Amino acid sequence: METKTDGSDGSLVLIKQGAEARVFESTFVGSRRCIIKERFSKKYRHPTLDSKLTLKRLNAEARCMTKARRLGVLTPVLYAVDPVMHSLTFEYIEGPSVKDILLGFGLVGVDKERMADIATQIGNAIGKLHDGGLVHGDLTTSNMLVRSASNQLVLIDFGLSFTSTLPEDKAVDLYVLERALLSMHSSCGNVMDQILAAYRKSSKQWSSTLNKLAEVRLRGRKRTMVG
Amino acid sequence: MKDKKLIALGFEGSANKIGVGVVAIDGSILSNPRHTYITPPGQGFLPRETAQHHHQYILPLVKSALDTAGVSPDEIDCLCYTKGPGMGAPLQVSAVVVRVLSQMWKKPIVGVNHCVAHIEMGRAVTGAVDPVVLYVSGGNTQVIAYSEGRYRIFGETIDIAVGNCLDRFARVLTLSNDPSPGYNIEQLAKKGDKFIELPYVVKGMDVSFSGILSYIEATTEEKLKSNECTPADLCFSLQETLFAMLVEITERAMAHCDKKDVLIVGGVGCNERLQQMMQIMCSERDGKLFATDDRYCVDNGAMIAYTGLLEYANGASTPMEESTFTQRFRTDEVLATWREKESVIA
Repeated sequence: METKTDGSDGSLVLIKQGAEARVFESTFVGSRRCIIKERFSKKYRHPTLDSKLTLKRLNAEARCMTKARRLGVLTPVLYAVDPVMHSLTFEYIEGPSVKDILLGFGLVGVDKERMADIATQIGNAIGKLHDGGLVHGDLTTSNMLVRSASNQLVLIDFGLSFTSTLPEDKAVDLYVLERALLSMHSSCGNVMDQILAAYRKSSKQWSSTLNKLAEVRLRGRKRTMVG
Repeated sequence: MKDKKLIALGFEGSANKIGVGVVAIDGSILSNPRHTYITPPGQGFLPRETAQHHHQYILPLVKSALDTAGVSPDEIDCLCYTKGPGMGAPLQVSAVVVRVLSQMWKKPIVGVNHCVAHIEMGRAVTGAVDPVVLYVSGGNTQVIAYSEGRYRIFGETIDIAVGNCLDRFARVLTLSNDPSPGYNIEQLAKKGDKFIELPYVVKGMDVSFSGILSYIEATTEEKLKSNECTPADLCFSLQETLFAMLVEITERAMAHCDKKDVLIVGGVGCNERLQQMMQIMCSERDGKLFATDDRYCVDNGAMIAYTGLLEYANGASTPMEESTFTQRFRTDEVLATWREKESVIA
């Protein structure tokens, strides 16, 4: 555990106010460009519940981000953790989010080659995570970046991540992504099929996960019940 | 007196309430009586008995709705009923009555989606224009927003509904079902102050309640015996946990689709603590909270009449042979034609 950047050279610039955290751009130890993600307390929650969740997610994010790197999935390099300020300092990734790329495709037409490349990388990354017993928990297109320099996919926001080897958890992980794609990017064609094709090649346990996914989907459809 | 305003008679009977409402196209509610099937403490309502209850009350309710509204059957333009989702046997009651009345009075039928009706009633009563909707009731838990012609579900429960979780916990404590188990939990929770940790399950934009229910069902007896906490503390902790999850996924949906306002509908939406928590979240985001009280939150006939009338005014009606009911009818299956026209005007 280390302290945050001293503000002498790195001024904090707010770049995003999310639902749970403020994200700043700054510099770390001199000239390294970095992101500081500070979780803030939610006043609507009971204080006990709030501090439990904030700390749990901070820890989960720090642990899972580094664990994902060990599994060969690109994530930002973690520089520092501050459990008092509830903040993480990590590498700045230069590049757009997959959400912005896909929304762009929606406007100007789909670049099939690029689409296939991104979908394959997403499928590979999730396959590696899952085989390593890591579940991301919030797979949406805004939590995936594409590094401009190398066109490589980088996963971010591991605040809801946890370790699990259950097909159920992995299937729900994929289901969250499927729903996010459907609700935001239905104009991009069937991205999920391409992702799952890559997932099948990359994950050794694909069969049990995808069988479970079929079950989870069904469960989803039945949800409209009484009321 | 009633010049050319369209008027509808609406029937709602998808769960344990039977309601009949008379509504005009401008959203004015002329009458909205309802009757609730209340079971003894510790018991839920079963489809068959609930349907019997509805059978017993529906015709007197029709009469009282028309009398209060001062409207005769001739003046009614269409008959609206809940097509689904809901419990089969209770749904059947309104469907059958509507068919009979349609033939007696020679009036068209409009089948209405229950969830969409909640949303439209909420918008009409509160004046919310384009909010993220949290629909929470005994059978549904969904975060909904309008996009491209439909009400789309952004997050929802992957197992039981939040109201079902509360109701079943009320059975564990054998709280009264009158006026509703959720109301009695809310009142008891006001006396609790010790926070007991419960599972907290948010998966992306979805939530899950069944694990929380199993946990609290399994540990309540022991916790109460050992004087670790009171029933009030448990109600308090359960509400705090469940509602924090709901507010969290609502906030995620707001961030995801870039909307500022929230509308809460459905029976659990009457809960003042839920409204208060949502209010805090909204004001932190410079948004507004729209909520209603039990007259419109809880299932009622007026919401069905109003939504059916919107569809009817846009040229839709349900032919007799299609006036069926279904237990499964997703919110996003309905083409919200009236919303499209609204957005053109706006």
